[in-house]
Amino acid sequence: MIFQPAIIALLLASLVCVGLLVVSAPFAFDIIRHWNIRSGSERQLVLERRTYLLSTLLTFVFATQLVALLLFVFNADKMSSMFVGAMCAVGTLNVNVFGFPALIAQIVVFFLAANWLVINHVDTRAHDYPLVRIKYILLLALLPLLLVAAVLQLRYFLGLKADVITSCCGSLFSEEAPGVTGDAAASPPLPTMIAFYVALALAAGAGLFYRLRKRGAYFVALFSGAAFVVAMAGILSFVSLYIYEHPHHHCPFCVLKPEYHYQGYWLYLPLFIGTAAGLGVGAIQPFSRVPSLTVIVPAFARKLATLAAVMWSLFAAVASFMILNSRLVLLEG
Amino acid sequence: MIELTDIRKAFNQGRENEFHALGGIDLQLPAQRVTALRGPSGSGKTTLLSIIGCLSRPTSGRVRLKGQDISGLPERFLTDIRRQTFGFVFQQFNLIKGLSALENVMLPAYPLGGDWRELHEKAQRLLGDLRLSHRREARVEWLSGGEQQRVAIARALINDPEIIIADEPTANLDTALSMEFMAILEKLSASGKTVILTSHDPLVVDSSIVHQVVDMRDGRVVRQDTTRNTMESPA
Amino acid sequence: MNAWIAKQQYLIDFTLSSLARRKAKNLGLLIVYTLIVFLLASVMLFTHALRHEAAHVLDGAPEVVLQRMVAGRHDLIPPGYLERLGRIRGVQNKEGRLWGYYYDPVVKANYTFMVPNREPVPAGTLVVGAALAKARGLAVGNVISFRSYSGKLFGFSVARILSPDTELVSADLVLLNEGDFRNFFEIAPGYFTDIALSVANPQEVRNVATKLAQQFPDSRPILRDEILRTYESIFNWREGIVLALASLAILAFAIFAWEKASGLSAEEKREIGILKAIGWETGDVIKMKFWEGALVSLAAFVFGYVLAYLHVFHTSAMLFTPVLKGWAVLYPHFDLPPVIDGFQVATLFFFTVFPYAAATLVPIWRAAITDPDSVMR
Repeated sequence: MIFQPAIIALLLASLVCVGLLVVSAPFAFDIIRHWNIRSGSERQLVLERRTYLLSTLLTFVFATQLVALLLFVFNADKMSSMFVGAMCAVGTLNVNVFGFPALIAQIVVFFLAANWLVINHVDTRAHDYPLVRIKYILLLALLPLLLVAAVLQLRYFLGLKADVITSCCGSLFSEEAPGVTGDAAASPPLPTMIAFYVALALAAGAGLFYRLRKRGAYFVALFSGAAFVVAMAGILSFVSLYIYEHPHHHCPFCVLKPEYHYQGYWLYLPLFIGTAAGLGVGAIQPFSRVPSLTVIVPAFARKLATLAAVMWSLFAAVASFMILNSRLVLLEG
Repeated sequence: MIELTDIRKAFNQGRENEFHALGGIDLQLPAQRVTALRGPSGSGKTTLLSIIGCLSRPTSGRVRLKGQDISGLPERFLTDIRRQTFGFVFQQFNLIKGLSALENVMLPAYPLGGDWRELHEKAQRLLGDLRLSHRREARVEWLSGGEQQRVAIARALINDPEIIIADEPTANLDTALSMEFMAILEKLSASGKTVILTSHDPLVVDSSIVHQVVDMRDGRVVRQDTTRNTMESPA
Repeated sequence: MNAWIAKQQYLIDFTLSSLARRKAKNLGLLIVYTLIVFLLASVMLFTHALRHEAAHVLDGAPEVVLQRMVAGRHDLIPPGYLERLGRIRGVQNKEGRLWGYYYDPVVKANYTFMVPNREPVPAGTLVVGAALAKARGLAVGNVISFRSYSGKLFGFSVARILSPDTELVSADLVLLNEGDFRNFFEIAPGYFTDIALSVANPQEVRNVATKLAQQFPDSRPILRDEILRTYESIFNWREGIVLALASLAILAFAIFAWEKASGLSAEEKREIGILKAIGWETGDVIKMKFWEGALVSLAAFVFGYVLAYLHVFHTSAMLFTPVLKGWAVLYPHFDLPPVIDGFQVATLFFFTVFPYAAATLVPIWRAAITDPDSVMR
């Protein structure tokens, strides 16, 4: 393992988050078993108060996850100078097999936590807290995932070994680490570009449609999820090239660097918010028939769908702006 | 206005020292009347008052407020109802020390997030109505007992509640101040507010302002006198 | 949305006045918190500046240095090596370098003697580093003499003093004429300390090094990138060790924060009870407490960071110069060029605010669930 501050910080963060959730798991169990909203018994009052603790906790975990995600990517980028052949975060993440899975697991946890908070929000709006049991079962389901993400991250960091001059050894050739390359398998630009815009249009359109007609909630979620994947592929395959103005530099992380004026944030912020909001629309849809939620769910879903539509349009606009402003020409004519 | 059906409240449930503060209360509290709960200490009148004011939930039984059953509501919604429907005047006044009178009056409106200027004006008007304009910037611990209580009354009125709840309002006041309090109460009642209070001060319960007296003992209602003053009360 | 913002403003407003009302308690917390931030920020700013400085210095260093090894020890390059190098593809320039160490018993410090390849120093004169000049009380034109390892006394006049800008590396530096150097250390003509090669294309460096290793099996090529990487690792490692030690302090701080947050005074409990009774919801109290924590954290973070900044960049990190620096007896009194790095701020945030938030989470909730009817009992 490489001993350095950001790694310690990230490990500390995931340890604390997992720890907090593990400690609160019995509380969640208690709520699932004994919840009875009609009762005024002292136990019920205690349980009700614990729900405040658990939602505060989850909000905390979610916020931590968000910052940790950023720090994880930053850190990977910073460490690239320590590995032979690694030019940026991609190289560092490729140093061992746990790098990318750890990153993906963190992103997944992030979106799931966001969805949980959306469900929680809807539930606390209804007078009878109809989703309490479901909510805490979901919370318990989230726990192993968080654990997996933490373990992947730990394995990744444990597997890192810097290529360092050692005083005993004369020849200083570090082996070229296998598979370390900045060039991601690039798909051809034109078809990817078409898929990119189609996916964005579908996601934004589904959001807008839901706003107008209050129908097609699952499509909002489906298209948002799909658009996230396609958008990432698009960033890899051509958006990044336009930003770097270099035909072979496919990297989703370097765009976050000061050399490129932090342009990446303008891309990733709407992308992540749009995806989270879009998925949230789908996450609460199954509960729209619950009597006390018949008004609340569509109203909140409408807000989320609007947010998703705005964010997807913004994302498309930002990406297009970057492409049009670039001096790089990928597509002739 | 408020209907209570078989209200029970238990403390320390399932433990040795379990006890029932209220043992099945049925009560109707009409709108725009002044109702007094009377009884010795330990009779459960304060517990009942806190249930009526949505400060706590009954262990069992039903509370209906304007026809809506609120007994099963989680705290979040009870609070919402409480701050819109009820204003509280406590025995100890319960003002926050270190804050000015004006700030104390504005406090209940903070979670509602209304316009600051409007809130400020309203608080000043209320303090003016209670002859406290000159003391509005003073810290509450510098105020006299009577002034403190008037600040507490202004605070109770800031969210425009329909119902005023007062717990032993004259317990810390001398006779003159108690009379003054009753005068304020009369004005409030005349302006259409419902008032529910607990007291064993004869000055309060025997006053002509009180329309209904409920006598309590050992967590039960022993006598309910609803016949007083009905003639002069508003319809 | 407006109502939401207005509500947060009210909550912040209340929090500020509530913090002001309990000055003594909060001041204690703020001081300890600031101290923690100051400590960690100092370590981070300092190592980061060192790292930056090292990288900056190495910018001008040759891409490859060839050293001859005898019995596993660094030895002089014998005559003919430079010529035998011939032409290696990609090598732009190659030159023999002369440098060595000299122990000065007067100030009990090691100097680095070096022959510059550009701008040769006239015979009989020296160019010295600023720290050295100060230690020996030298000014331009002064004469200084050194006793060589063979016992002979050599006198030099000081031609110039190096600017203090690069003091981290030039503190103990003495530049002299090639002839003087060879006489002083008794190195025969044709011998060199090592060979520096400059390679224009970074992609070629590795190939050049491979060829060198094949051609001169008794020598080792050292790549600039490798040095950089090693520095990076060593600095990170040092920083990591310090932070790991500091984690005890962080833990202590977290416990302290937990205590402060859970040890509510009777007055505070009463206040929360009143707020809840007059219509504040549990969530509102949690939000209010959140703002309290956020404001305290922000204040501590800013104070601590600014103090650390002043400490590292204006007092040259006087508190831990002896611990973290110290590769030479002659401490360079250097002013590090101020470098702030967003990544580092984020990491620092994680080390300080995150533990604080985690430690106060449960106490905040405990306080917030106070019974609203508690004020009536």
